[in-house]
Amino acid sequence: MRISRALGTAATTLLVPLAAGAADLEITVTNLTGGLSFTPLLVAAHPADTHLFQTGSAASAALQAMAEGGDIAGLQAGVTAAGGQVVADPAGGLLAPATAAGVAELTTGSANTHLSITAMLLPTNDGFVGLDGWAIPTTPGTYTVMLNAYDAGTEANTELMNPGAGGAPGVPGIPGDPSGRAGSGGRGVVAASPNDSEPPVVHIHRGQLGDTDATGGLSDLDSRSHRWLNPVARVTVVVK
Amino acid sequence: MTRTTLQALIAAALLPTLAACGGHGGDDDARVEMHTLRITVANLTANQPLSPVLVSLHRSGAPWTAGMPASSGLERLAEGGDGTALAAELAAQGGIVDATGSAPVGPGAGDSFELSYPAAEDAQLSLATMLVNTNDAFSGLSALPVGAMAAGDRQQFVLAAWDAGTEANSEAAGTIPGPADGGTGFDPQRDDPLDAVRLHAGVVSRDDGLADSTLGSKFRFDNPVLRVTVERVR
Repeated sequence: MRISRALGTAATTLLVPLAAGAADLEITVTNLTGGLSFTPLLVAAHPADTHLFQTGSAASAALQAMAEGGDIAGLQAGVTAAGGQVVADPAGGLLAPATAAGVAELTTGSANTHLSITAMLLPTNDGFVGLDGWAIPTTPGTYTVMLNAYDAGTEANTELMNPGAGGAPGVPGIPGDPSGRAGSGGRGVVAASPNDSEPPVVHIHRGQLGDTDATGGLSDLDSRSHRWLNPVARVTVVVK
Repeated sequence: MTRTTLQALIAAALLPTLAACGGHGGDDDARVEMHTLRITVANLTANQPLSPVLVSLHRSGAPWTAGMPASSGLERLAEGGDGTALAAELAAQGGIVDATGSAPVGPGAGDSFELSYPAAEDAQLSLATMLVNTNDAFSGLSALPVGAMAAGDRQQFVLAAWDAGTEANSEAAGTIPGPADGGTGFDPQRDDPLDAVRLHAGVVSRDDGLADSTLGSKFRFDNPVLRVTVERVR
């Protein structure tokens, strides 16, 4: 198994014949939104039956930690335990609105035929951008995949800020807003508990309401900055 | 091997002979293989007329790139619906041929174009049009490679709305050129806090809490906004 983020290793890779079924990939993720940041990305190649998340299924504890607080350690450990490979945090931190992450290079083992990607969307309660088990093409070429925003289904979408603390699994509130346009003093779009305004499974995020009242109103978020329409990211995969 | 590649190889093989014979310019013209693309556009929105659609074939460059500032030509198209400057920018980057629709394309309506051009392996198709009841939303294709399309090949796209990032999405009266407002289109000032092309987050509207929006909720839209079919008919 060989994992690399460095451009400089490409030449070395070319000298070593790839095992049958292995693929040499260059992966670029672009944040297509104007007001949301992505927390550190997890890019994973893994067997077909491995998933970071699945729509209609309850989030794992590892997915919840990523979606509520941006912590990818649990998901990463899960992929590794399943024999998969990861590129963790190819952007080196937050991926700002309308920017692209540096190229993630990945030479996959022959069993790791599928690609998955996750990152939390900030500011949201438990929204994330995701790719679930995309079959890596075997024909060399450049492929583009558009990604949607999902809701982990683990935290009520209160749209209330709770800087820092809100990132812990099970703690209500949004842990941070890199855009700096969130307010405070909102009453909450929905009650923090019980979380009964959404199914307790991963689903397409219903979007955010926001408002224009920085010190009150329903939401701490800004309706002019913190909404989106899908898709929210573009992934370009070069299969060499 | 595509037909175009074969044609290029034949042309290259013939060149030394022609040079040796000297001056057969007229024969060169007769041998040029012409391709024709038919481009069909459908407006999928509820209440967003599209400005006259610009289609352009060019050999290099791109009308926009996600995350980069809009060119001045794109700004003019996205804020005011005028694609003249964008067409000129693309024409200056290996332009082959372009065309612009004769009228806006209403919701539920469409338009179509046929572009004939000398076969070019590196031909790219770009298409751009403004959602006119917005500050600076547009949609289209940015430098789609079409040089390898064989006669009869057909590609279809459903496309999202982009935000040019050149004008704040104030939705304020006087800032939107479409029939919802009849306001100013292009304004050279760039007052969007993020001067970068990205996907549009949609219209908020005054009915959804943006008090100084001149737009009612019927002007909201969702993706996709545009369907484009590209077919090489010859």
